[in-house]
Amino acid sequence: MIALLQRDMRLAMRAGGGFGLGLSFFLIVVVLVPFGVGPQSALLGKIAPGILWLGALLACLLSLDRIFALDWEDGSLDLLATAPLPMEAIVSVKALAHWLTTGLPLILAAPLFGLLLNLPEAGYKPLILSLILGTPALSVIGTFGAALTVSLKRGGLLLSLLVLPLYVPTLIFGAEMARRGIAGQVATTPMLMLAGITCGVIALMPFASAAVLRVNLR
Amino acid sequence: MMINVTNLTIARGGIKLLEGVSFTLAAGKALVLRGPNGIGKTTLLRTIAGLQNPVSGQIEADRESMVYAGHADGIKPTLSVIENLKFWAQVFGNKDISKALDAFEIAPLVHQPAGELSAGQKRRLGLARLLVTGRPLWILDEPTVSLDAAAVGMFADAVRAHLEQGGAALIATHIDLGLDGVDQLDVAPYRAKAPEPGDFDEAFI
Repeated sequence: MIALLQRDMRLAMRAGGGFGLGLSFFLIVVVLVPFGVGPQSALLGKIAPGILWLGALLACLLSLDRIFALDWEDGSLDLLATAPLPMEAIVSVKALAHWLTTGLPLILAAPLFGLLLNLPEAGYKPLILSLILGTPALSVIGTFGAALTVSLKRGGLLLSLLVLPLYVPTLIFGAEMARRGIAGQVATTPMLMLAGITCGVIALMPFASAAVLRVNLR
Repeated sequence: MMINVTNLTIARGGIKLLEGVSFTLAAGKALVLRGPNGIGKTTLLRTIAGLQNPVSGQIEADRESMVYAGHADGIKPTLSVIENLKFWAQVFGNKDISKALDAFEIAPLVHQPAGELSAGQKRRLGLARLLVTGRPLWILDEPTVSLDAAAVGMFADAVRAHLEQGGAALIATHIDLGLDGVDQLDVAPYRAKAPEPGDFDEAFI
């Protein structure tokens, strides 16, 4: 399993691996929003948590179809399926590798991007905490979507359509947590909901992903 | 005995391909599957490897003893040859890859990105993966595609050495590998009969 994680990380860093793609996309979205909204820093600060969460979500979506598609095309997935690793472990490791190459850089860059959007000072801590709690769910749900569409050529658009509705609860509670933090309210309820969703999908989704992957390999 | 297949029926996309296939393969033996294109050799091998379910019949074999090699080699073009090979060795819990490098003469290529290899070199790398897995039962689908005569010789030597060590191999191929005492199984007689017209259930499987 560690070997698979190492390989996926290494592949992501190599040419054409897509590392930094999500981060650059996130940066562009965040830079473009102030141009669209205009020079109103008060308004910008108000919508900053929503924009940052939406940006993170779309950046995550961008790299989802790489999770299984390349392994499917070159036959690695067949060979991995017959290797002594359970399919559930394979999909979990893939989701972890996706989070490490997409979610984690977004979390680390979020303070800087918050600055670009004039995020109020009180909002940094809840925003970053919400991203830490929420982004693993994005990767795990995304892995399920990628497993579902792996046998389709050019299945990227369908993948987005399937996965985005599943991201709604994470988006609602993630953005709500950051917003409450800025308003100085207690953010415990959305935080617990967000953490609950993430824990739930980490526990259950790998079984669903493994099942659909087995069907797709037939 | 490595594998015992009895009365196996296989299908692809809901259409039955082969019916009533039975064979046994003992340790130290190889079985070569023959048959025209599209008869279902690949589907048969994938079913035995556990990638898809049989329609009916039994496959008695230890899944943990098999290694499957299909048409695609599962090679990552951006990783070097040695990184590719080491990855598969680690997945199967082995460390030693020197034997595999020697057997297919890929030692001079180890630090090249696998994407720069020729088709034949890639295939050799794919076959070298079999040796690093350390598994006794090889299930090979057209292993000699894009290999030249010398490389086919290397492959035959590797199979021979593997059989001598008590391994077994199930190979679908169209060429003569020059192996002695290899059993052949022509799957053409097992071709499934066309479904009865008007049998609606068949259409919806």
